[in-house]
Amino acid sequence: MAAFFQQIVAGLATGAIYASLALALVLIHRATGVINFAQGEMAMFTTYIAWTLTANHGFSYWPAFAVTLLFAFALGLGLQRIVIRPIERGPILTTVIVTIGLVLIFNGAAGWIWSAEVRAFPSPFPNDTWNIGGVAISVQDVGTFGVVVVLVLLLAAFFRFTKIGLALRASALNPEASRLVGVRVGWMLGIGWGLAAVLGAVAGMLAAPTIFLDPNLMQAILIYSFAAAVLGGIDSPLGAVAGGLLLGVGLNLIGAYVDFVGADLRLPVALLIILVVLLVRPAGLFGKPVTRRV
Amino acid sequence: MSLPTLRRGELVRVALFLLAAAAVLLLPRLISDFRAQQYAYVGIYLIALLGLNVLTGFTGQISLGHGAFMAIGGYTTAILISDSDPALKIGSHVFSNDLKDLWTIPLAGLVAGLAGFLFGFPALRLTGLYLALATFAVAVATPAVIKKFEAFTGGGGGIQLFGLEGLTATPKTDPITFESTEGVTILGFEITTFNDWLYYLSWAIAIVMFAVAWALLRGRMGRAFRAVRDSELAAASSGVNLARYKTLAFGISAFYAGVAGSLLAIATTFVNPDTFPITLSIFLLVGVVVGGLGSLWPLVLGAVFIQFLPLWAQQLNGPLPDSLGPLSVPNFQAPGAPAVVYGVILILVMLALPGGAAGLVRRAQSLATRGYDRVR
Repeated sequence: MAAFFQQIVAGLATGAIYASLALALVLIHRATGVINFAQGEMAMFTTYIAWTLTANHGFSYWPAFAVTLLFAFALGLGLQRIVIRPIERGPILTTVIVTIGLVLIFNGAAGWIWSAEVRAFPSPFPNDTWNIGGVAISVQDVGTFGVVVVLVLLLAAFFRFTKIGLALRASALNPEASRLVGVRVGWMLGIGWGLAAVLGAVAGMLAAPTIFLDPNLMQAILIYSFAAAVLGGIDSPLGAVAGGLLLGVGLNLIGAYVDFVGADLRLPVALLIILVVLLVRPAGLFGKPVTRRV
Repeated sequence: MSLPTLRRGELVRVALFLLAAAAVLLLPRLISDFRAQQYAYVGIYLIALLGLNVLTGFTGQISLGHGAFMAIGGYTTAILISDSDPALKIGSHVFSNDLKDLWTIPLAGLVAGLAGFLFGFPALRLTGLYLALATFAVAVATPAVIKKFEAFTGGGGGIQLFGLEGLTATPKTDPITFESTEGVTILGFEITTFNDWLYYLSWAIAIVMFAVAWALLRGRMGRAFRAVRDSELAAASSGVNLARYKTLAFGISAFYAGVAGSLLAIATTFVNPDTFPITLSIFLLVGVVVGGLGSLWPLVLGAVFIQFLPLWAQQLNGPLPDSLGPLSVPNFQAPGAPAVVYGVILILVMLALPGGAAGLVRRAQSLATRGYDRVR
């Protein structure tokens, strides 16, 4: 039984990482109806920034963390303003292809600048375990989970209690009306992209200590996050978090107890989840079903 | 069934096509053996691009996972060739081990096509973004599935075809000239090098499949595809059976991809999960976009582009200039430059020239005629 709970705790930690990236995807999809395929690669790239700050420029962990978040915000904002804005109203295919272009650019650039070598990434948490009632809980996992919880709470507060948060929600809900009451919708979308990039950066920096840093760091995590976002409902922030945690725990348990799946077939399982949810309940667990007027 | 009559203007196209086909088949006499190999790959990519464009360009269904269908084709061929005993048998007919690779090509296409057709059913309920998402996940998950079914696929180690009896020709490099030797005589023609053989094989198939794609798309089916792309609602209300045409588009498209994958396996005489990475799927999309969504001729350009750009971009490989300041950690064998160039071009094309090369040609034409449909 202890092993079972151990799997759940470990699953919650990886699930928190999926939740963070899934939240980034949802944030952008809610505001602009775009799925950013480059979300994972942006996260990977910003994680490299954190790595180079600590490894080559003498930063200690938390200052590097903070600087990286600032960088990520600027990156997201800049991308939205420069690359995404011109094609915002274009067909879906165009936006998909442009974000795929970003995938190639960030993946290639990371390899170009920092080489494809696998790097060790520092962790702010001690490599200890706590023993609670026979269940060994790694401090790393608890820290990962804690950081994401704090981040989500901060974000929720930001959206709920600040004026910019209100403007962000308004411009996602009804851009035209928001424009009429003086909200600068364009910049709000930019800020949304910036916040999404910040969420991604956090996911990357939390994932890198355990699975090591290389240019393909986020490829699988992105798929899990897609699955999480779809599972929770692609327009529901709460759903993204719940979906991420559910998926993290679920995949961990399936990997541990279903021999056929093991460690190798987790990606196909995520794919299966995406397909089944989209076919059976496209709105996800927490989303509102979309009705289309014909 | 009588042959459909050609419309005015189409005669010219057919003539041009035949001229181009003749030119393509004469090309190996003018280029080096090494180039012949590179252009053979262009032919293979062209087949895959034709297939992807049927689905994405003409029917409007995004696929970010066409590499997966190529993998199905490639593995079908590899498994059939490597399993030399018993010989390939269909119905009561037993194919000899000679030329066995050739017989596996249409089979690979059919297996992939069936997979595509079946994938078309769940895809019916996925529109736009969701389809992109699902196909992307398919592409990422493919290598894991291949590795899992090791008994069939050889797992991560892949399947080695080099030197097997089933291959019509085997590459062998002359130690002095570095030209590929070991030719083959087929239908009375003597082809002296392996690379030339590869070239003729892939381009002969590419030319036929190009013509088939054109013939399929010019008529009723092509109209139905385009109607589905432009407005599903309008298409359905004018009597186009959405389910039938979408699954059909998936099937045809995957058939093309399967043939291309099969040829890729024959060309490299080796398949493993890394033969069909997610980047392959993405590069196919790049090729279609550069050529032009919903075009046929310009796809040749797209295929040339995805074959030669990496080679060209490799020359960029090297340390980034120091002027990048804190970002630059010098390193001398960094990969990644081709991907960056691809990405930048992809975005620039989408921003500035959404029609790709085809759009450029159209624009030039309408500027020249200064008449109708100038504003497209």
